[in-house]
Amino acid sequence: MARYVFKRVLMLVPMLLIVIFIVSFIMNLTPSDPGTLILGERATKDAIQELNDRLGYNDPFFIRYVRYVSRALRGDLGNSWKNGAPVIQEIVRRFPATLTLAVGAIVIGLTIGMTLGILSAVKQYSALDVAGTAFAMALASFPGFWIGMMLIILFALKLRWLPSFGVGSMKHYILPWFTTSCSFGASMLRMTRTSMLESIRMDYIRTARAKGQTEKLVILRHALRNALLPVVTILGMSFGGLLGGTVTIETVFSIPGVGSLVIEAIRMKDVPVVVGATVTLATCFTLLMLVVDILYAFIDPRIRARYIRH
Amino acid sequence: MLKKTLDKNTVPVLDVRNLEAVYQMDEGVVRAVNDVSFTIAEGETMGLVGETGAGKTTTAFSILRLLPERTGRIPRGEIFYKGENLLKKTPDEMRIIRGSCISMIFQDPMTALNPILTVGDQILESLEIHNIENKTKKELESRVDELMTLVGISPARKNEYPHQFSGGMKQRIVIAIALACEPLLLIADEPTTALDVTIQAQVLVLMEELKGRLGTSMIMISHDLGVVAKTCDSVAIMYAGEIVEYGTAKDIFEGKVHHPYTLGLFQAIPRLDEDTLRLRPINGLMPDPSDLPSGCKFHPRCVDCMDECRDGKPYPYNQNGHRILCNLLQREKRV
Amino acid sequence: MGTATMADIDLKKIDLKKKLKKKGHSQEIWRRFKKNRTAMVGMFIFVFILLVMIFADAIVSYDTAVTQKISNRFIPPGSAGHLFGTDNFGRDILARIVHGSRNSLLMGIGAVVIGIVIGGLLGSIAGFYGGGIDSFIVRTMDTVMCIPLMLLVLSIVAALGASLVNVLIAMMIANVPHYIRIVRAAVLSVAGQDYIEAARACGTPNFLIILKHVIPNAIGPIIVQATMAVGTMIIHAAGISFLGMGIQPPTPEWGAMLNEAKNYMVDYPYTVIFPGLSIGLTALSLNLMGDGLRDALDPKLRD
Repeated sequence: MARYVFKRVLMLVPMLLIVIFIVSFIMNLTPSDPGTLILGERATKDAIQELNDRLGYNDPFFIRYVRYVSRALRGDLGNSWKNGAPVIQEIVRRFPATLTLAVGAIVIGLTIGMTLGILSAVKQYSALDVAGTAFAMALASFPGFWIGMMLIILFALKLRWLPSFGVGSMKHYILPWFTTSCSFGASMLRMTRTSMLESIRMDYIRTARAKGQTEKLVILRHALRNALLPVVTILGMSFGGLLGGTVTIETVFSIPGVGSLVIEAIRMKDVPVVVGATVTLATCFTLLMLVVDILYAFIDPRIRARYIRH
Repeated sequence: MLKKTLDKNTVPVLDVRNLEAVYQMDEGVVRAVNDVSFTIAEGETMGLVGETGAGKTTTAFSILRLLPERTGRIPRGEIFYKGENLLKKTPDEMRIIRGSCISMIFQDPMTALNPILTVGDQILESLEIHNIENKTKKELESRVDELMTLVGISPARKNEYPHQFSGGMKQRIVIAIALACEPLLLIADEPTTALDVTIQAQVLVLMEELKGRLGTSMIMISHDLGVVAKTCDSVAIMYAGEIVEYGTAKDIFEGKVHHPYTLGLFQAIPRLDEDTLRLRPINGLMPDPSDLPSGCKFHPRCVDCMDECRDGKPYPYNQNGHRILCNLLQREKRV
Repeated sequence: MGTATMADIDLKKIDLKKKLKKKGHSQEIWRRFKKNRTAMVGMFIFVFILLVMIFADAIVSYDTAVTQKISNRFIPPGSAGHLFGTDNFGRDILARIVHGSRNSLLMGIGAVVIGIVIGGLLGSIAGFYGGGIDSFIVRTMDTVMCIPLMLLVLSIVAALGASLVNVLIAMMIANVPHYIRIVRAAVLSVAGQDYIEAARACGTPNFLIILKHVIPNAIGPIIVQATMAVGTMIIHAAGISFLGMGIQPPTPEWGAMLNEAKNYMVDYPYTVIFPGLSIGLTALSLNLMGDGLRDALDPKLRD
């Protein structure tokens, strides 16, 4: 098992090399250079040129790529072209807001989505099932940022119960949490329901019933545990996705998260920040997927056996 | 005291009367079991024989009341377990009967076990559910060991998962689960169909042995007449949801009069003691249970079909408990 | 020579049989789909939106959607001539939604169709051939999928410059891995089947197997996913425009309308409500259709 995890962590290295390559390559295409950004539009051409030379920006792309990677391996993601601050520092400063938003949304979405998903599957075709799945589908169809705007209009502007933007207190997070959990909770509900419906049909459920097991334990002990794999996958992927994918919602609620950092950097063509933050988010995502794969082993002994064999 | 033992001997373990079971599908009502009656005495093994789709498994699920909740229904009939009508029990009472009084062995051992629980835990689960004597966990665990030894698997393997066992081994575990609470009635739904021929024999011998030791009554569902001949005291032949012939094993295998369908079944098996050039299959297919033919349900395939068979229920023939649902015999008797 | 013609005749016979069966199959799917009321509602809504898109110019002239008239600012919805009201530049919101449908739908459908073609090609190669090609494609795509989708799309847009076509290209590139995954899974589920083995055993060339056996059998789940993906892409495209990085004003587009209106939502909520509803309703109709299609293709999930 430990060997499996070690192997997976090792695989992170080539993966990150590719991610860095892709993102740097795309950003290399943007018409931008550090000299202009640092010195401003009014600086002389020569001064800009000289600064670019000094920063090594005029070297070929490949050289710059290798240099970036070797620095990144030592934990140095470079400095922002805009304000000269270390990229790492920027990311660390922005990360708590993103994490708070993601964790809160996951907790809400997981609780509501999974509970409703289980109930819908157990009582398939009941009023609860029909209403629940319809509601989930509606939630998943509307853009999160628009739902956020609607919640702001209702709860912040009309009812004045909650603040509409900023991150001053936990209260500020309530609307963003619910907004973010909408689409996640909806996919959680659908996945739990589908997966449960499949496992409820299996023969071992009938075996459990034939033993005289109570319906509650048939569902929780036998059906749910077998239905967990796809649910855990969605959970991991969504968590990873939420870390960088809530840009629009962060914008609506003016939350200074990592996503907003990247957007600002893209707008200002601040390449080191874009690459650094994106690579960090991709790493988080991969690590989360590793956690998911390890969770698999705890849920399913057949997968555990496969890991140990490798 | 004496009265009680007497009662026990006269009241059959299972008495099914006029059972009907239907599935409510989008396409219409599927009549899977139609007017089925039989009794099973203590220690008796009854074979339930028929083609796939004849309603054997549905009959079994009806007895345990395990029909699919949304679609399955029992519109008519009574099922007495030791004189008590199971169809009148509350779901909770029924739950306690399942596993402790009546238990079931399923067709496919590959899928009957929960893949993510150890086999020991799955046997233990039965014991825990019906632990009326409040035994300690340790006592239950030792009972698990005992059961595993009984079915011929080393108790040392109880912490392994189903995927670590072969098909025959899995079926042994399923049998151990079914026998855990020493039920009075065991329903075995084609327990050997999914297994290799060599393993089939082993499992059958094991079941015979255990049945003899525990005195359990049994319903052996099978489409294999050989298996039935070897293990059963009485036999019911099912066709399109009806029992077309019912009698002792002697009636069925040695008797002179039979339902044409039973004869067809026998002619479709190769025999070693007779010179047969070709096997004689029964012509046609089993009718669609959502669109059963009128009259005798076998008449479209019957070689001896008469006009009166096409409409109206066939007259039952009954000779000392040997029941045959066919007009042919009735006429012979009448003549 | 003789044997060859025999084989040809046989093939033709089989072909004919398959065609007959195929027709019956799709009719059966349509019959089941028709019975699904919510799916039919979804289809009607989507057809309605499509009609609006196609006949946008006949419904209201493009000028109405873009001409600014400050004296008409913020006329509330329900007023004469302005069913949905007017925005901060005095433009009729309904007219902008009608004409915006073109851009939004075009981006959604375009990104999915091109993405599916490219993803389908790579995905079926990976799924059908397996081995080294498969693991190379899968590994690379898994890596790309680790990059947050929205950020990848936005950086590509930043590199290419903000325009409808570039947003479309960006969304397509960023989503190809996703489509490869879908197609590969669908192909894999078919490739293991016995009838593929049978075709191989008959010596059928690979491209014919893919064309005649793999694609027809794997296409169902792919269509379902594609239908739903169009909805997701419309939402994504709206998000990009909402961030001000997609279609630029004054071109009408639903996400861009939300971006312009967000500063006025305090006093004039209707300026954000109607464009958002349009996005949601379109995505919802596609999701309902996709769901109904899946149930129709796979009836065993129903009882």
